[in-house]
Amino acid sequence: MKKSLAKVLSLILALALTFALFTACGKKDEDAKEKGSKGTQSQDSGDKADKDGSGKSAGKFLIGGVGPLTGPAAVYGTHVEKGASIAVKEINAAGGINGYQIEFNFEDDEHDPEKAVNAYNTLKDWGMQISLGAVTSNPCKAVAAETAKDNMFMLTPSGSATDCIAYDNGFQVCFSDPNQGTASADYINEKNLAKKVAVIYDSSIVYSSGIYQKFAERAKDCNFEIVAAEAFTSDSNTDFSVQLQKAKDSGAELVFLPIYYNEATLILTQADALGYDPIFFGCDGLDGILAVENFDTSLAEDVLLLTPFAADAEDEATKKFVSDFKTAYGEIPNQFAADAYDAMYILKAAIEKAGVTPDMSISDICEALKVAMTQISVDGLTSAGMTWKATGEVNKSPLAVAIKNGAYVSVQ
Amino acid sequence: MAKYLSKLSKSTRSNLYTVTAILAAYIIFTVLIATGNMSNLLQGLLIQIFYYAILAISLNLTVGILGELSLGHAGFMCIGAFTSAFFSKCTVDIITITWIRFTIALIIGAISAAIFGAFIGFVVLRLRGDYLAIVTLAFGEIIKNVINVLYIGIDQSGFKFSVKDSVSLNLGEGGQAIMNGPQGIFGTPNDTNLTICVFLLILFYIIISNLVNSRSGRAIMAIRDNRIAAESIGINITKFKLLAFTISAAMAGVAGTLFSHNITILDSKKFGYNQSIMILVFVVLGGIGNIRGSIIAAAILTLLPEYLRFLENYRMLIYAVVLIIIMIINWNPTCIAWRKKYSIRNLLSAINKKKEA
Repeated sequence: MKKSLAKVLSLILALALTFALFTACGKKDEDAKEKGSKGTQSQDSGDKADKDGSGKSAGKFLIGGVGPLTGPAAVYGTHVEKGASIAVKEINAAGGINGYQIEFNFEDDEHDPEKAVNAYNTLKDWGMQISLGAVTSNPCKAVAAETAKDNMFMLTPSGSATDCIAYDNGFQVCFSDPNQGTASADYINEKNLAKKVAVIYDSSIVYSSGIYQKFAERAKDCNFEIVAAEAFTSDSNTDFSVQLQKAKDSGAELVFLPIYYNEATLILTQADALGYDPIFFGCDGLDGILAVENFDTSLAEDVLLLTPFAADAEDEATKKFVSDFKTAYGEIPNQFAADAYDAMYILKAAIEKAGVTPDMSISDICEALKVAMTQISVDGLTSAGMTWKATGEVNKSPLAVAIKNGAYVSVQ
Repeated sequence: MAKYLSKLSKSTRSNLYTVTAILAAYIIFTVLIATGNMSNLLQGLLIQIFYYAILAISLNLTVGILGELSLGHAGFMCIGAFTSAFFSKCTVDIITITWIRFTIALIIGAISAAIFGAFIGFVVLRLRGDYLAIVTLAFGEIIKNVINVLYIGIDQSGFKFSVKDSVSLNLGEGGQAIMNGPQGIFGTPNDTNLTICVFLLILFYIIISNLVNSRSGRAIMAIRDNRIAAESIGINITKFKLLAFTISAAMAGVAGTLFSHNITILDSKKFGYNQSIMILVFVVLGGIGNIRGSIIAAAILTLLPEYLRFLENYRMLIYAVVLIIIMIINWNPTCIAWRKKYSIRNLLSAINKKKEA
């Protein structure tokens, strides 16, 4: 009898505690806003006084991004965060957008769609008005679906799969995977680079298999033939001698590598050991190959790649961005950082065009920006004169870059 | 009330408490959501908590009740998730009534996972202990990797399969690749809601606790405690092991279905070794064989990493430390002794004794 009384009591107590916990969470909305802004990159210090006064971040655009800051894909997430932060600092220092400052907050998703949605919800609790989507493809698809539900404007810097912009509120800064595949096939076709082409790709990642699919589809209408299509997976990405031998035996004059640079260095080294010297052709994933430690850069000589950004390009904007990035973070930015930097300026251009203000509702901002995006043209680091279709796809010209004497040189 | 409760058997009473607690929590959540007092993060997490809880109790059936260590539980979840998502994606325009479609999807998820569970169980349950753990681990990885290279498309002429790439599907005009290898399945309808999750959790809780107290459950536990003794009194070892393993797999399949219909993009990367270990951590933290504990552990460990976000870069580091501390507090003998000494029940009885004296 007493025992059961104690049990009932402890049950009630437990319930009361749970209740307290969750009501506390309800109040979190405002707490979170303040907490969130502590961790943000907004640099102005007068900001604090303003917040204590109004209690809300009115008069500010709250922009949130999601990406991997931990785990194997962390390098992409951290570069996007840093690239975007630099742009935010510059824009805020120059007086903000239409006089409104920006606050930027970035959350970790561990390169997992489920966690990406959690991160997106965290940002929503913080008060996010515009989303930078997610950095990597599959998490970005999940976040895109959530933004579509909330009708929040989304501009992903680097989510390159087509499904990332499956909804009409989503836009891309980077090339979509299909575009890269088609552009590569067209480039090889136009320049008559080869008659027989081999492809080595990573079938376990979306980026690589996505480009390969479109490349193969396009190749049917081109003047070259795919003689070997060899796949590997992230579990077997150390030995490529079988794939290379097949490519060599099939007489391919050009090897297309729609993969990331760390595997590409191994392929180049192993091809050299085999005495196989075709033209190697890659996409933006190869960007960064020269920075790999212990890699003999002479092996990468004459490698061609289609990439929107090369850190040692000679134009003013790139030089300034690279030196700012180096001073702030002590490393050389990659293409992801450049995409994120551009994303902020694209948002700025779109917001100025649409004339939206931070006190508008999330849905109204989205509707206005959707229209504005199709009307603007932005000169960024990754391309000049970027324009957008209503589908969300970016229209920019891929830049063909060759590696000569250990440096990226653009080819016309 | 208390009199009535004391008449019930101990296990029924304990079950009643758990079910009441889940229901009460559900009512509180619904009220909070309806009045707009719950953060977006928590609303999203609630459904995750419930399907992880289902996963945890289903694995607890294998690990705690059957006493076999399975490291491939995410594989069954994967099967359920993909088969049901595939079904929903194909029929989203044909069956427009959500609850009918989702019910069928749940059944498909459960049955397909059960079939694989029975098949794998038939092969591997001949092994014991570490050997079984290693083979289940391998099976989990096999399932993940097979799905990773599977391409299935649909066009006018019907379904087309490939294990090479989506180009070789040769889809006709208007064709659509449904399962796209590493890109997985995109655009599964979001049919999962809190009510169905709560309903299924309670249902599975009752099924497992009834199973444990049934004739079959006693047989299963007899096998766990002493296999030779169980065999000597004529218990059909293979049959009961297979029974528990298949039920466990079917429940994981349902959890997979809830998972895949909660998120728009489904890829097989999610169902690797780490996920299996994560589910095992829920079970170990909640107490092996303790069904209620699994539910609580799943809830805590799903909430914890999200509510540690304010730690920024140190988040996962602190998460690991917190996990170790919780494990020690929960299972270190000294800690258990301390907890018993200062438990609410003891304090209450001490107060009562004083009063009597």
